[in-house]
Amino acid sequence: MAHAASHHDHDHGHHDQEELKTFGFWIFLMTDCILFATLFATFVVLRLNTSGGPTAEELFSMPGIIAETFILLTSSFTSGLAVLSMQKGDKKGLIGWLIVTLALGIAFVTMEITEFVHMVHEGATISTSGFLSSFFTLVGAHGLHVSIGIVWMIALVLQLARRGITSVTKRKVTIISLYWHFLDVVWIFVFTVVYLMGVM
Amino acid sequence: MLDNLKEFASEFFVTGDPLILGAQVSIALTMIAIVIVLTYFKKWRWLWTEWLTTVDHKKIGIMYIIASLLMLFRGGVDALLMRTQLAMPELNFLEAEHYNQIFTTHGVIMILFMAMPLMFGLFNIIVPLQIGARDVAYPFLNSMSFWLFFWGAMLFNMSFVIGGSPDAGWLAYPPLSELSHSPGVGQNFYIWGIQISGIGSLATGINFIVTILKMRAPGMRLMKMPMFSWSVLSSCISIIFAFPILTVTLFLLFLDRFLGAHFFTLDGGGNPMMYINLIWMWGHPEVYIVVLPAFGIFSEVVAAFSRKKLFGYASMVFAMIAISVAAFFTWAHHFFTMGSGANVNAFFAVTTMIIAIPTGVKVFNWLFTMFRGKIQFTTPMMWAIAFIPCFVVGGMTGVLLSVAPADFQFHNSYFLIAHFHQVLIGGVVFGYFAGLYYWWPKMFGFKLNEHLGKWAFWFWNIGFYVCFMPQYLLGLMGMTRRINVYDFDMGWQPLNVVSTIGAFLMGIAFLFQVWQIAHSIKFHKKDTTGDSWGVGRTLEWSIPSPAPVYNFATIPVADERDWWWEEKERREQGIQPKAIPLEPIHMPKNSAIPFIKSLCWFTAGFGFVFNWLWIAIPGLIGVAICMLVRSFQYDTDYYIQVDEIKRTEAALRGAN
Repeated sequence: MAHAASHHDHDHGHHDQEELKTFGFWIFLMTDCILFATLFATFVVLRLNTSGGPTAEELFSMPGIIAETFILLTSSFTSGLAVLSMQKGDKKGLIGWLIVTLALGIAFVTMEITEFVHMVHEGATISTSGFLSSFFTLVGAHGLHVSIGIVWMIALVLQLARRGITSVTKRKVTIISLYWHFLDVVWIFVFTVVYLMGVM
Repeated sequence: MLDNLKEFASEFFVTGDPLILGAQVSIALTMIAIVIVLTYFKKWRWLWTEWLTTVDHKKIGIMYIIASLLMLFRGGVDALLMRTQLAMPELNFLEAEHYNQIFTTHGVIMILFMAMPLMFGLFNIIVPLQIGARDVAYPFLNSMSFWLFFWGAMLFNMSFVIGGSPDAGWLAYPPLSELSHSPGVGQNFYIWGIQISGIGSLATGINFIVTILKMRAPGMRLMKMPMFSWSVLSSCISIIFAFPILTVTLFLLFLDRFLGAHFFTLDGGGNPMMYINLIWMWGHPEVYIVVLPAFGIFSEVVAAFSRKKLFGYASMVFAMIAISVAAFFTWAHHFFTMGSGANVNAFFAVTTMIIAIPTGVKVFNWLFTMFRGKIQFTTPMMWAIAFIPCFVVGGMTGVLLSVAPADFQFHNSYFLIAHFHQVLIGGVVFGYFAGLYYWWPKMFGFKLNEHLGKWAFWFWNIGFYVCFMPQYLLGLMGMTRRINVYDFDMGWQPLNVVSTIGAFLMGIAFLFQVWQIAHSIKFHKKDTTGDSWGVGRTLEWSIPSPAPVYNFATIPVADERDWWWEEKERREQGIQPKAIPLEPIHMPKNSAIPFIKSLCWFTAGFGFVFNWLWIAIPGLIGVAICMLVRSFQYDTDYYIQVDEIKRTEAALRGAN
């Protein structure tokens, strides 16, 4: 019995603790999934309620969105490379790829904010219509997640620089890369449901 | 300057109602008294190091229970005020506005700030002891959950002395809860109070799922686990799926009110029905979340005091999981009258009826457990026995309500009020009382006085039926919920008087419980066995009461159901357990961050309530700083050495 074996040493050593935290993070991601599912459901219900304001087709400029999409997809790839370097025990590679991921993440958020500002200047604000309320909230919730991820990753890079690759920092990198991939998957749904279905 | 201040204060504080003025004065006096007592006895440091910063699941559990009993008091006073107002036709005891506030806060407090924390308190104290763990999976997060609940509840409760209470019903349906219809700050208190404590509940859900799945004693496979732990697992599974929906729904309502968004407004393309669907997608599972652990408690209590194994263990597990899954497919039965169409209504009517099946299975399991058992009528067992008929009747009126065409008659009537009070009091409250009485000696090392407990029990039970049975009839006579006055010629007065008398009987029952606790603290007999009822079946009864900080000096191999019962029989036959050598125990260090961070959330919430960004933004920055500080902390745990374990155990066991 693998389970009993893992409890064989009676005090929960550090290794066990880190595994426990990773497992808990998976469950957290499930709750985050429900959070986004609720926002998606709200968006789908309200997306045609433009109330005389601009429609999706009038607002969205796809080239910028496609660029954002590729930037985020690439950042997911580079965060994967960071984890690979970590497995090899390559601290420099790990920090390097995390910084590349950070740069791409910051670029993504910047482009999204620019898009939002542009829309607001065109008179499409969160209080214009049910459609725009749900649009800004759904896409904004994703953007807020990415922004939190960025702050968190910066903190992690500092910790890695100071402490190197230990069982604790290893777990932290694993968790943030899970988070980052998760946001990537959510974005694919945002791209499809919000943007593609909006302009098609 | 002075005039400005006066004007501000008259809007900031709720004024003009003698009842509220009385409450304000008594709150101020209580707070001053607490400060004086703590200072006089030099207890500030003790409070801080032993309680406010603790990560020990047992202490956190005790804090949850204290808070929930205080909330039971407040919610109960709300209920008595309402019943007083309704006792006579055309009474002017409470103004309409005040009445609306009271039924709103009564509902919110009883479900979210009484039932939930009482449940979390029992989770915290019992689950780790029952599965043979030294703490929960994430002790730091556990402390965070508690303080988020605490400060969320404080924010909500503040509303009746500062700013004004919410008054749009316990689920705050829009458009009534929108800025257009509720321009005051009451709804903001509602949103932020529940939001902050809701995040804590979500974290507790994650915490206990991991604790139960990953930290069981060696040999304890899932199907050997005590039934209460199973009920906690099924309840927590529902929590992690339901609470994110609540978080989003409240946040959307906040955006409507704060930024003028149009999610649930009548204009601008909003859709109020969307809110009602979303809130019940959380709200319906929520009632199962609170009742499932009560089912677990009954399973433990009935088996213990019948001195028999639980009948139908596997079917009980199946029933619990079935309920926690099916709970997500019944939400629309709360608004059959909304006009979703016959097919939608039929679907939700059928799913609702299906839930009665696993519940029925459980009732038979409890009955068969008692069948031919040597039943002892202790207070926990009495609550468990009283629960069964009460819940069966409540469940059957629920099935009546689930018939969609008939529901058009029952909807929003006192029939509904009587139904859900019967399942929530008869199921949840009776269940948690049974658990509280049963595990009280495990928490504090002494039993509650049984004699006074029986008085409380009978007052509660008689009061319950006297209060709520007439309400079924009133519902059928056409009395709708949330009305504060009715005419003489409606013919409702006699039954309303009876109902009010019942409510006050329950109020007296609560006083008996307070007396019981006070009396037992003063005159208790210390329990030295750890198995104070003598009938314990599960791991928690194998260790001293109250449990030492590390719970188990050595963790037993608990590879059978009712391990402690079997172990006791082995010991009677002279088979002594194999001694396991002591090893240093790895424990988490206390932390002030959960308290401070939750206080920052409270500050941010308070700022948002009044639209004062100069308070809200520093609050949010404080939250972010707390998270970063925690991220950079690496020295978060310590070891208890073997000598110290030996000393502690000798002191605890030496009393034998």
